[in-house]
Amino acid sequence: MPQESQKPEKVYYFGTCLMDSIYPEAGLAGLKLIQREGVQVIFPREQSCCGQPAYNSGFPKEAQKVALKQIRLFAENYPIVVPSGSCAGMMKHHYPLLFEGDKNLQRVQQFSERVVELSEFLVQSLDIQLADRGQPIKVTWHSSCHALREMHIIEYSKALIRQLQNVELVELQNEHECCGFGGTFAIKQPKISGTMVADKVSDIRQTGAERLLAGDCGCLMNISGAMDYQNVSIRTQHLAEFIWERTHAK
Amino acid sequence: MPNDTGPNFQQNASRALDDQQLRKNFKFAMGNFILKRKQIFSDESETEQLRQIGNTIKQRALSQLPQLLERLEQNCSRNGIRVHWAETTAEANQQVLRIMNANEANRLVKGKSMVSEEMGLNEFLQERKIEVVETDLGEFIIQLNDEKPSHIIVPAIHKNKQQIADIFHQKLPDTPYTEDVEELNAIARRTLRQKFYRAQVGLSGVNFAVAETGTLCLVENEGNGRMSTTVPPIHIAVMGLEKVVERLADIPPMLRLLTGSATGQLITTYVNMITSPRKPGEKDGPKEVHLIILDNGRSAILSDPQLRQTLQCIRCGTCLNHCPVYTRIGGHAYGFVYPGPIGKILNPQIEGLKKAGELATASSLCEACAEVCPVKIPIPQLLRRLRNESYTSEHLATVKDGGCKKNLMETIAWKGWEIINTHPQINAIGNKIMSRLGARLPRIGPLKQWTRYRTAPKLAPKSLHQLVDEEGIRHE
Repeated sequence: MPQESQKPEKVYYFGTCLMDSIYPEAGLAGLKLIQREGVQVIFPREQSCCGQPAYNSGFPKEAQKVALKQIRLFAENYPIVVPSGSCAGMMKHHYPLLFEGDKNLQRVQQFSERVVELSEFLVQSLDIQLADRGQPIKVTWHSSCHALREMHIIEYSKALIRQLQNVELVELQNEHECCGFGGTFAIKQPKISGTMVADKVSDIRQTGAERLLAGDCGCLMNISGAMDYQNVSIRTQHLAEFIWERTHAK
Repeated sequence: MPNDTGPNFQQNASRALDDQQLRKNFKFAMGNFILKRKQIFSDESETEQLRQIGNTIKQRALSQLPQLLERLEQNCSRNGIRVHWAETTAEANQQVLRIMNANEANRLVKGKSMVSEEMGLNEFLQERKIEVVETDLGEFIIQLNDEKPSHIIVPAIHKNKQQIADIFHQKLPDTPYTEDVEELNAIARRTLRQKFYRAQVGLSGVNFAVAETGTLCLVENEGNGRMSTTVPPIHIAVMGLEKVVERLADIPPMLRLLTGSATGQLITTYVNMITSPRKPGEKDGPKEVHLIILDNGRSAILSDPQLRQTLQCIRCGTCLNHCPVYTRIGGHAYGFVYPGPIGKILNPQIEGLKKAGELATASSLCEACAEVCPVKIPIPQLLRRLRNESYTSEHLATVKDGGCKKNLMETIAWKGWEIINTHPQINAIGNKIMSRLGARLPRIGPLKQWTRYRTAPKLAPKSLHQLVDEEGIRHE
């Protein structure tokens, strides 16, 4: 794991398209967590999407255009904090592949090197210390595939949860298994995807947890939609929002 | 040949998902395989090093494949193994038939071979009145029941003990019903022993062929492979041309990767290194050994530097075991010889995108396969490439039937997506409209599929962009 020796003065924040339209409170919570540590956060106004939907669906040209838009917006040499393992994985590991042989490659690489997922940033760069103000609660955690296998940051997310004194973390039996989201996969293979998420819901239920936490809004949207459909009343929440709620002075 | 559009994957998958017994059998079996692999590859950094070595060996072989195949042929010939080249599966079948006919043979025993499945060899020979007997226990079971393998290395994994007991009882004469595993094994052994004695030809696959020495390497756990390759007077080995490695020294790490990934074993019970037929004065072994090297579209795959990585595969099956899709639908639902993640990249390239392209959509790109692949094939990346090939312009495509899925609807949809995400004003307006419409959005197209298993996502009244503005966050 790369260890940054120093807290940066300023960072960029990439809010992701799903947070923008569906989970804005989670997006804002992540941003405030960074601010609270005394780091200035820049939110380029024209940012939109990392481009992954098109990239994964067989439309790399369209993905390139959207990616380039972001790359231009995050031009200064600040770390780019991303509150999603999947979008971070796209920007850090897939952008250089997407632009292989392209004239912009070098610029893209310089961008990708600066991308860091939120949990890792909070733990590694900020050494954040959390004082839990919340009521005792039992939660479980879902690892997104790309946070786990591309960004390798799950231990940071869990370390943050473990810092919260009144929070009991019960792990899933099949934590490492995909929830079935996969972007357009959920649309193109609805029954397979639906079965995967139904299995994930069963796994969550058997933990007896009151809340499911995750670091990726795609998974959250999928799992919460399936729980809602099945009338399961376990709340789902992005880790950043959960931490912010429990640690900020009201 | 199946029809032009290929099997109906969604229908097959749907049926499999509704089959609770099947799902239980797979979940149990795959869980075990995952556990066993984990135990044998417990040291993460050592495993990573080993996988890197495996990757290097296969890439080194593929980068000089024509030369290596020539060397393999020369060295095999020098050792007395006769080499035959087959561009198509039809040619390969004819070569097997020719060897059988030349020896007036009408009884064949087989060790496990996926390439022979690719060839449709059993059907081909049976139509010509040749008895073909599968001797791998799993293959034996499904042959009795007239089924195809559902897994690359454990072909009858979709059956549980009771189902196997039933098949033996019904299909083998004078066999009482028993669920006793030892007894079931003994029944298979008794039946097969006779077949080994009477067969004139034994056929096997090849795990690795060593160019340097002209050696065919074959791993197995039941001894049936050794019986098939040594008891009948003639041995025919069939292999895809990607199975060649350069040196004998490449074998130990490859074996370690193969058996560890496949069954969680340090080494299999039998490792056969076949370098020649029986020599004068030797007491056993076949009089003739033939090697049929099959192309069947592999050369075309080799010519593309990215897709070439598909040919690194050593058919360990671990990507199947770890795949959340395969684990739920099993092998038959794929409708092709090679199921699971490797099948999703291999079949579309061999059979064309029209027939097999849908397989590439049957992945959430979770990367569980890439994480465990012993030769580090970037399967998710190749799936993206194949998805792209399906939509690309025909003249730019390199895979068969490239561009076959190109359609106006999706082209417009993704262009629209691009415009929205590169024009912030349009994006903001779109967001506003969507959040106002909210629950009133019509359940058609993507949303219809989504809401079959979930409620529709609820758009927030204010976007993050708006919240950030209200908070006075700097934009620079």
